[in-house]
Amino acid sequence: MQFGIFTVGDVTTDPTTGHTPSEHERIKNTVAIAKKAEEVGLDVVAFGQHHNPPFAASSPTTTMAYVAAQTERILLSTATTLITTTDPVRIAEDYAQLQHLADGRVDLMLGRGNTGPVYPWFGKDIRDGIALAVENYALLRTLWDTDVVNWEGKFRTPLQGFTSTPRPLDGVAPFVWHGSIRSPEIAEQAAYYGDGFFSNHIFWPASHTQQMVALYRRRFEHYGHGTADQAIVGLGGQVYMARNSQDAVREFRPYFDVAPVYGHGPSLEDFMEQTPLTVGSPQQVIERTLGFRDYVGDYQRQLFLVDHAGLPLATVLKQLDMLGEEVVPVLRREFEALRAPGVSDAPTHASLLAARQTAPVAAESEAVAV
Amino acid sequence: MTRSIAVVSAGLSNPSSTRLLADQLATAVDVALRSHGDAADIHVVELRELAHPLADHLLTGFASGALAEAIETVRAADGLIVVTPVFAASYSGLFKMFFEVLEKDLLRGKPVLLAATAGTARHSLVLEHALRPLFSYLRAVTVPTAVFAATEDFGGTGSTEFTSRIATAAGELADLVIGAPRAVLADPFADVTPFDQLLKG
Repeated sequence: MQFGIFTVGDVTTDPTTGHTPSEHERIKNTVAIAKKAEEVGLDVVAFGQHHNPPFAASSPTTTMAYVAAQTERILLSTATTLITTTDPVRIAEDYAQLQHLADGRVDLMLGRGNTGPVYPWFGKDIRDGIALAVENYALLRTLWDTDVVNWEGKFRTPLQGFTSTPRPLDGVAPFVWHGSIRSPEIAEQAAYYGDGFFSNHIFWPASHTQQMVALYRRRFEHYGHGTADQAIVGLGGQVYMARNSQDAVREFRPYFDVAPVYGHGPSLEDFMEQTPLTVGSPQQVIERTLGFRDYVGDYQRQLFLVDHAGLPLATVLKQLDMLGEEVVPVLRREFEALRAPGVSDAPTHASLLAARQTAPVAAESEAVAV
Repeated sequence: MTRSIAVVSAGLSNPSSTRLLADQLATAVDVALRSHGDAADIHVVELRELAHPLADHLLTGFASGALAEAIETVRAADGLIVVTPVFAASYSGLFKMFFEVLEKDLLRGKPVLLAATAGTARHSLVLEHALRPLFSYLRAVTVPTAVFAATEDFGGTGSTEFTSRIATAAGELADLVIGAPRAVLADPFADVTPFDQLLKG
């Protein structure tokens, strides 16, 4: 099982000091956080993509390449790559290029983005969100899997004799996760392709996650990719830790109370009960996280959000120390012991390459998708 | 046959004249259903108790605890009685908040009896100018007779007329509830659109 963090890249004022990081500071902090994640033994770090303030994260592959150059082992992913408003041709190119630079330490998670005004800035309409995700991903797959593409669709100019370059590393496209909070169509899409499904799982009741994962697993089996319990599932999580739980609550409350998304709403205690947010000791985080398995089954990837709401860098790095030293080693061991036989790890470049080398060679052909 | 009737009352005081009217309407609907050999299973949703979860929902986007239960009560109901006090020439903010957080189509086709209370009869057309358009927008089926209660209706000289108006409205709701097919809501997680259809656009 893979453990890691996902970062949104929000520039938020620290409510306890009034300090607002500059974009430069936030971007550099994000890199420091990613490097620390590798240092403490995490497996994955995932970066956001946003095109509006207060975010400083419009170009995830730039950040990922920079981090890849300064790390050895950690897998770089996204949370999420906007499949609706980003030209699929650019996604195909950017992530293939990144694969080469990072020697395959790359996968990505596709999401739609829920900010209406962003869509028209890229010539799109949020009301087409699902249709964009469906068509753009179908094209993205084709661009990666087929050398010469003739294509025509609804949302971009047609392609004639187009080859997306560079070709994916070793002819193996990056593994794709599809992220969605409540849209059954996206769980269906992930299942259809046999891709991974990632449930954000933060800020929302666990029931959303449970419904979506159950649907994805059922349809994964329906489409013949394996049994339902073999489907590739990832979950988010949100934690804040201190040695003892009272300190964790006391330290996090000022950030919680005014945080973007849920601030000025329910109490910290209510929100912890209503959503997977865990503010407490490392032991509490371990117990809560192990409990996720009770309603989604064995899963392959757990990402934690630890750096939002204006938490200063030093605090985030301390959180990562605890995560790496005290939480993840236990989770790794416990989840492994619980895991049912036949359930595999999340695909990586190495495993996809090995699978490709043992599989019968598919005929090279031109795909014509309409 | 027992018909599930949800009563949504937005009164703020306790006891409130809004709740008083809601109870009278519920009793009248039960009587009307019984005259058809049916009975009412009445579930009261007091919005005052849900004020905080409703405000939370506006900020977080999801229903928690008692609010989630209230929404399920309304979803499962065969018919609805809704009663609001009139504030600033319309339904109360609390009343509107509840109907704002219901997911799309939850009220589609559901029979609804509209009612309101105010200190003066001058507000009575709020039912037609504010409540009925709201429930039309939500695709509910409103009964033709809406019930308005001003202070004087609770014991004034016109109270016989008021009582008969309650009976008329209740009878209309009972007829609709009996005539309407039982609500079957599609479950988007059970009846997912197959992907080849999504691919075709």
